Amino acid sequence: MSPGPSVAISCSVTDPDPNLMLYATGLTKNFGDFTAVDGIDFAVERGESFGFLGPNGAGKSSTMKMVGCVSPVSGGELRVFGQDPATHGPQIRARLGVVPQKDTLDEELTVQENLWIYGRYFGLSRSEVRSRTTELLDFAQLTDRAKSKVEPLSGGMKRRLTIARSLISRPEILLLDEPTTGLDPQARHVLWDRLFRLKRSGVTLVLTTHYMDEAEQLCDRLVVMDHGKIVAEGSPRSLITEYSTREVLELRFDTDDHAHHGDAIAGIGERIEVLPDRLLVYTEDGDAAAAAVHQRGVQPLSSLVRRSTLEDVFLHLTGRTLVD
Amino acid sequence: MSTSLSTPTPRSTTQPRQATPAPWRRVFGSWLTAYKRTWRGSIFGRFLSPVLFLLSMGLGLGGLVDKSAGGVGGVPYLNFVVPGILAAQAMWVAMGESSYPVMGAIRWNMKYHAMLATPVGIDDILLGHLTYVAMQITGATAIFIGVAALFGSFGSWWVLLCLPITVLTGMAFAVPVFAFSAKQESDGGFNILFRFIMTPLFLFSGVFFPIDQLPAVIRPIAWVMPLWHGVDANRSLALGSPDVAGVLGHTAYLVVAIVIGALLARRSFTKRLVV
Repeated sequence: MSPGPSVAISCSVTDPDPNLMLYATGLTKNFGDFTAVDGIDFAVERGESFGFLGPNGAGKSSTMKMVGCVSPVSGGELRVFGQDPATHGPQIRARLGVVPQKDTLDEELTVQENLWIYGRYFGLSRSEVRSRTTELLDFAQLTDRAKSKVEPLSGGMKRRLTIARSLISRPEILLLDEPTTGLDPQARHVLWDRLFRLKRSGVTLVLTTHYMDEAEQLCDRLVVMDHGKIVAEGSPRSLITEYSTREVLELRFDTDDHAHHGDAIAGIGERIEVLPDRLLVYTEDGDAAAAAVHQRGVQPLSSLVRRSTLEDVFLHLTGRTLVD
Repeated sequence: MSTSLSTPTPRSTTQPRQATPAPWRRVFGSWLTAYKRTWRGSIFGRFLSPVLFLLSMGLGLGGLVDKSAGGVGGVPYLNFVVPGILAAQAMWVAMGESSYPVMGAIRWNMKYHAMLATPVGIDDILLGHLTYVAMQITGATAIFIGVAALFGSFGSWWVLLCLPITVLTGMAFAVPVFAFSAKQESDGGFNILFRFIMTPLFLFSGVFFPIDQLPAVIRPIAWVMPLWHGVDANRSLALGSPDVAGVLGHTAYLVVAIVIGALLARRSFTKRLVV
């Protein structure tokens, strides 16, 4: 890509559809011999909330950096707003809001100064930046901290400030790389609430996460990534329907090796997954499965019936859990 | 915490559709905003530095040199040493501004990364930050010249041309050091730079004595590095009988060093930030 300001030479020839925000085909990112993103295809429409779900190292962040026009594409095609990041980086970035994985706030400056300088990068006038700052501090519930330095703020507050900052240019797409990683549950819920409001107001959200609950809360549609590839795509509900069962029975035993218990209950439910610390029985009726286990005289330390989640989808697709 | 329930602001209709005419100015502005927090202490230091040098080198050491040797080549030591120290101070200011702040903006506070998520590009980051560094060097140099003039260090109005020469000298360090700093993973490299390059340059670039006094094998080192060029040009101007060809030659050298440094800095910034 050209890192400096570049000049638009011609209009994009690929896609005139103004509602197609992101389009990638065969998108690849190599770092030397290592392939971080291995030929993925996806498309995101205006107003959608789209997620990349996968464990650490799946290629989610590399994908986000390519979309954010700060990482050159190694192969395949990528269009953001119908434009090529290699030739229209600054123009595309002017219409994106970016919430990076790690906060890049200036901790020595105050909350409002962070918004001011960031707004200025987008070429907004001082008065415009100031009026938007007032609105955004309100949105991020940081109005009473406007004049305090960033450094002593809590992790949740810094994250909300980062999101507020990314909104100062009124972006059409908001890119969120693991927006709530490292936050406590309450801070995560506050953040989800803010993101949900944004989505409702029409902002296209594109996010990465390795949290199932986050993906289920925020994404209309998502792709599951593993080792740089997309292994499944759909709405959270449809993925669960397609790759899992309605309910899951979790059994824990008082032994180190859970594998032989798996043999003892073989045949119960549709499918059994053996994890290091528990057995998962996939079934339409969890209580009935629990009763069947009991009937065989198997005595688990604990048994729990729950609804299937995206975690189960991921486990089924990759044979691994997401967060270990 | 506020519990306001106002709806968010983003709309998809009114967008800034293009990059600003000069995004590097916004980068410069952000460094200025940060400077507003520390400018008082910084300005105080800028005044203190020439006063200390003038008292110790100019009057203290100078008194001794003038008494025993009649100055340097007939020039009172104060008048000899001040133009040199002026150039050396620019080197130190340049080093301070282009070492830790650059590495910090990449590795610690990720200021550059934040900028790159906006229409700002690598060239804007470099130009904006270097402009800020040039401003710092200009301020420090102007204050030094003013204070030194009060001590009677200069024999001619030609000294005013020392301001641009000194800024060029500082930038001839700052720009290549930008390239160096962008590559650093820790501050170990800066210790080497300060101890084994800057300090010897400070001592052996003709600031305190003419480089003719150096052994012939060491002299070429002084010629190759930017500091001696700044020192020699400054001295020639401040003493009031400038060797025009010499000053132009030194200026050309400094400009070339800055241009090469800029190419290196651009490459090392791109390598580090656009991956």
